[in-house]
Amino acid sequence: MSVTGNAVTGKVGAASAPVPLIGRKLKINIGRLVLLAAFLGIWEFASGRLVAEFFVSKPSKIFAVLNEWLWSGTLAFHASITATEALTGFILGGFIGMIMGTILGRSQGLAELLEPFIMAFYSLPKVALAPLFVMWLGIGISMKITLTAAIVFFLVFLNTYTGVRSVSKELVTIMHLMGAKERHILLKVVIPSALSWVFAGLKVSVPYALIGAIVGELIASNRGLGYLLSSSAGQFDTAGVFAALAAVIALAALLNLFVKLLEVKMAPWKTVETQQEFTI
Amino acid sequence: MKHSNAISKPPEVAERQELIRFSDVSKQFGAFTAVTDVNLQVARGEIITLVGPSGCGKSTLLNMTAGLFAPSMGDVTYAGKPVEGVNVRTGYMTQSDHLLPWRSVADNIAIPLEIAGHGRKKIRERVEGLMELVGLSNFASAYPSRLSGGMRKRTALARLLAYDPETLLLDEPFAALDAQMRLNMQYELLQISRKLGKTVLFVTHDLDEAVSLGDRIAVFSKSPGTIIRLVTSPLGADRNLLRIRHDPAYASLCAELWDLIVPSNKQEAMA
Repeated sequence: MSVTGNAVTGKVGAASAPVPLIGRKLKINIGRLVLLAAFLGIWEFASGRLVAEFFVSKPSKIFAVLNEWLWSGTLAFHASITATEALTGFILGGFIGMIMGTILGRSQGLAELLEPFIMAFYSLPKVALAPLFVMWLGIGISMKITLTAAIVFFLVFLNTYTGVRSVSKELVTIMHLMGAKERHILLKVVIPSALSWVFAGLKVSVPYALIGAIVGELIASNRGLGYLLSSSAGQFDTAGVFAALAAVIALAALLNLFVKLLEVKMAPWKTVETQQEFTI
Repeated sequence: MKHSNAISKPPEVAERQELIRFSDVSKQFGAFTAVTDVNLQVARGEIITLVGPSGCGKSTLLNMTAGLFAPSMGDVTYAGKPVEGVNVRTGYMTQSDHLLPWRSVADNIAIPLEIAGHGRKKIRERVEGLMELVGLSNFASAYPSRLSGGMRKRTALARLLAYDPETLLLDEPFAALDAQMRLNMQYELLQISRKLGKTVLFVTHDLDEAVSLGDRIAVFSKSPGTIIRLVTSPLGADRNLLRIRHDPAYASLCAELWDLIVPSNKQEAMA
């Protein structure tokens, strides 16, 4: 058998026509910018002419508010609080979710025992727990972290559980024949193979983590982007509301990036798979 | 690795040590009888192919040898003792190769060595030797998703050999490969098994494969499966799989076993 490194790269190379990859990407990005500019332009034009400025404000005013917040440190202060709540809750809820998902995924009996309770708790809108957390923890940062963690927990837990469950039984048997103990199976098979499910759960959780933090702030707070949002609205400062929303979107994008980088680092084989030419 | 100097071994079974024995083995899954009244002795170092229509319980025998479940009736003994619980002296390979997609070729082969708790250096040396044995040295760091079907099979074979089980339980391992790749793998399997003195139970529904690989060929009836014919191969232990098609003994044995299998197919068609 004489197989060389060329066999693999050759196959990939032959399959890919000379597509100007960078040119295509650039085109798409330019298209997106044009779309965004058009949207903002129409908004700017329509405001005060077609729709009352009071309701929709204007991009130029929103940028002015953002700019002012940026330089006065308001934005950094409130955004860092919301980010801390969202990230801490995300990590806490995600971590507990992964551990519980793995334990219940590996022990059928326990999973069966707890199933109705978990489903009952799952079907409860977690935001409805906020008043309870206020009673227990007050209106400080820990209440928002707990709310976020409660929301993230279920998403990550259910994904991890499904991932652990879907590990091929045949594969586990083959490992047993290699002399593997439960510890080996967990570390070498179950956790790595559940990882893509876990990441799917984490990715879905990002916006929900922000929901937890911001709803917490809307309910009771004097800081954070949620507070900025509600206090701007309270003062009928439409530009402030939109500026706060823009800041939330930016924060969500940052959190998404964080999870994506984490995935690339933790699951390098995934990157190889996505870079590969698609074949059937 | 227990290297044996003898490349080929005589196929005479009588004077060789018995390793696996099925005595009056039957297995029911609920109301379904998978196998019934199977009697078979397998000698150490012997390659036995089990051939028959699909669903005739060939895989059930492998599962019982591996200790995944016990027979409903009769006994399966391994090295003189009844098989109880997972039999770690056997290694399993199925049609699907079960490589771990998050591990490179070298790391996949290393799994059983890691489980056995060997040191890093020893694992690396061993893995390098195995990759050379199966011709994958150039692909050490490739992920399975980048490999062809044949290369994946060779990786799985190397992983199987890494923990050096004395018996290889192979359940249609090459079924998904194209004819040329399959011949290639059969050739390598035969060479390697002889070299390392492995005992092999090889399940297939491909008659040609059964005849070319087996020292003895067990032909199964359709469900509920039982051995209707046990043939000792006339081809010799050092048969060359690449030349085997020119051997009249091969052709006549294939034809003979073909006639055994076809009537049962016909009955099925008429029923």
